[in-house]
Amino acid sequence: MTTARVYKDLEPDSAYAFKPEDLEDDEMILNMGPQHPSTHGVLRIELKTDGEIVKDARPHIGYLHRNFEKHAENIDYQGVIPFTDRMDYVGSMANSLTYAVAVEKLMAIEVGERVKSLRVLVSELQRIASHLLAIGTYGLDIGAFTPFLHCFREREKILDLFEWLCGARLLYNYNWVGGVSHDLPEGWTDKARQFLGEFAPVIDELDDLLSLNKIFTNRTATVGIIPPDLAVAYALSGPNLRGSGIKWDVRREEPYCGYEKYDFEIPVGQGRYGPIGSCWDRYYVRVEEMRQSVRILHQALDKLPAEGDVHEKVPKRVKPNPGEAYARTETPRGELAFYIVSDGGLIPYRVKGRSPCFVAMSLFHEIARGEMIADIIAIIGSLDIVLGEIDR
Amino acid sequence: MAMKRPALEAKISNFLSPLVIAGAGGFLVVIALLPKIAEMIRTQLQSALSPTWASVVNIALGVGATVFLVAQLPIFLIWFERKVAAHVQDRLGPMRVGWHGVLQSFADGIKLLFKEDIIPEGADRPLFRIAPVLVIMGAFAAFAVVPWGHGLIISDLNIGLLYIVAITSLGAIGILMAGWASNNKYSLYGGMRSAAQLVAYEIPTALVILVVVIQVGSLSLQDVIASQSDGLWGENRWLLTRMYGLNLIAFVIFFICGLAETNRNPFDIPEAESELVAGFHTEYSGMRFAFFFLAEYGAMWLVAGVAAILFLGGWVGPYFSGPLVFFLKTLILVFVQMWLRWTLPRLRVDQLLALCWKYLIPITLAVLVTVAGLSVPPG
Repeated sequence: MTTARVYKDLEPDSAYAFKPEDLEDDEMILNMGPQHPSTHGVLRIELKTDGEIVKDARPHIGYLHRNFEKHAENIDYQGVIPFTDRMDYVGSMANSLTYAVAVEKLMAIEVGERVKSLRVLVSELQRIASHLLAIGTYGLDIGAFTPFLHCFREREKILDLFEWLCGARLLYNYNWVGGVSHDLPEGWTDKARQFLGEFAPVIDELDDLLSLNKIFTNRTATVGIIPPDLAVAYALSGPNLRGSGIKWDVRREEPYCGYEKYDFEIPVGQGRYGPIGSCWDRYYVRVEEMRQSVRILHQALDKLPAEGDVHEKVPKRVKPNPGEAYARTETPRGELAFYIVSDGGLIPYRVKGRSPCFVAMSLFHEIARGEMIADIIAIIGSLDIVLGEIDR
Repeated sequence: MAMKRPALEAKISNFLSPLVIAGAGGFLVVIALLPKIAEMIRTQLQSALSPTWASVVNIALGVGATVFLVAQLPIFLIWFERKVAAHVQDRLGPMRVGWHGVLQSFADGIKLLFKEDIIPEGADRPLFRIAPVLVIMGAFAAFAVVPWGHGLIISDLNIGLLYIVAITSLGAIGILMAGWASNNKYSLYGGMRSAAQLVAYEIPTALVILVVVIQVGSLSLQDVIASQSDGLWGENRWLLTRMYGLNLIAFVIFFICGLAETNRNPFDIPEAESELVAGFHTEYSGMRFAFFFLAEYGAMWLVAGVAAILFLGGWVGPYFSGPLVFFLKTLILVFVQMWLRWTLPRLRVDQLLALCWKYLIPITLAVLVTVAGLSVPPG
């Protein structure tokens, strides 16, 4: 009974929403979303505004709730993977990887070296694709249309590579428990190398066009400041945490898929144009991460073991012994984790997702207070949320 | 049967595209020959009618021609802007409707004509209806004093520049009205931002125009052009290169204020699509929306045209003079506006106010005072 009451208290129009009778004279409630061009999906934010100044903000989530965790309790372990793809739908590879790693931990499966390399390849390509989307749409939020299309042009090349690899462009179902769905097609590595060669100069071009643009830095470098202690207190992760100057990356702290063998740096926010932890810092961490991903990809392509069956360790029937496992990985949006409980049956007893975007969204009202309406857009964009992952 | 439709469309577009391109070419020829045509009409009228009626009919014809011209320009400019944007963004832009999409604007225009005209519930209906008219009026009425060539001007007002500054502000009132009348919070924000923006950019605009007026000694646009009659070199060369670069600063400031006046990036703050959905015209649809759209392109052309007149000699060209020169100069400046729009991010509203009040106004004042000092004849 208690759970039911908790859910009821969270209903948007009861205790949580702003009430018109509480407003002071010059204040107004502005509903931003769920149909708004810049809330990155179906997010609704209630803003209590005084002219252009936002006095308070309350996000309302749940418009994209698709019952992921309950679905997962009713289908077999491999069947959950397509559902994980649909959580963070612009970073599908990373989601299914996290889930696969968690189930493998539960079943004590150690995948082969080639599978590990392939997983690093796809997840770093996915990181670039996802960051390109984040950066492009961020430019769009600030009013620059052109970087968006330049980013999408590059992202399209990655999607082409993915399509060639596994037949899908958005939701791949690629990382299976114990392996991956397809081995590399012939000539794929050459194409990937070609892409990396073409892509590196594009990042510098993006710097000239958007990142270091005076208007852009003025708009973003002094707003949405997340101080390091606040970021840690809210358990922020990924580029949002690193934007506040904290060097924390699951790939380094708790390596999976053999990330300990790769040489890469962890970019953190420097506070180049304003206080540390600003929107610009978070944005630029993503740009720098793309450079690091290119580095990792070059190494992964060099180290790729020539032989190895990618289906070798895929169990015929995924039936873990009773127990539980928690595994986390560094997705493009931060630390995604799955907590899986098994009762020894063919379907999971419980699958819990720990979503980095949800954490970022729970921090939102702290940094939105006192900013202007235009800055609210800048802040949402810099947190790089995907509503599919928040609502699940 | 399904194969027939595209074939028919291809036939129509194959038939219409050359017509449109030929029309555009004919348009340019007419513009080039405009002084001769106007002179011919004028002599014919004077011989056929009494002097009063001749001038009345003459002005009426001028108004008709200008309105026709200014109303046709957006058709070309919208296509041109989409092409510029597309090539800046590494894509092709409209390609399907006619040769390289030349019929795209016509297709869009027909679509807008047939769209449902929605007035939201709770809207202030009279204001909602008047607003787009005011906006387009402000943009088009200013063309009354814009000269296209020697004698090619509807009315050579001796206070032409003042008239332009005054009448273009009408658009901001229309935007404010649209924002208020829509009964939409986003539109309201757009309208309010427009008002704040107007106060900020009007002052440097007026001051920059004063810089020119001091040097020319007249508010009439034809006099401004006459003072730049030598072209690129010589005593009476373009104002842009005179006064030891001070006029160059003035030109840049005028152009920046012009961008703010036309509500285009980096100053598209009142419509700010990523913040305010579409700002003041969120609730408008169909032809009413098209009016805002036409007004924007009309205002672009106006701002570029006035900049060309004030600093680049208007219709007096470096090699040959006439309406075609004015057309080309304006087109180049319009292209720069488009180029900037598709390159730069948007300023925040307080940043625009800071830019105008803290930087543009003091710089303009300094330029104004220096130019005034230098313009005093020795002795």
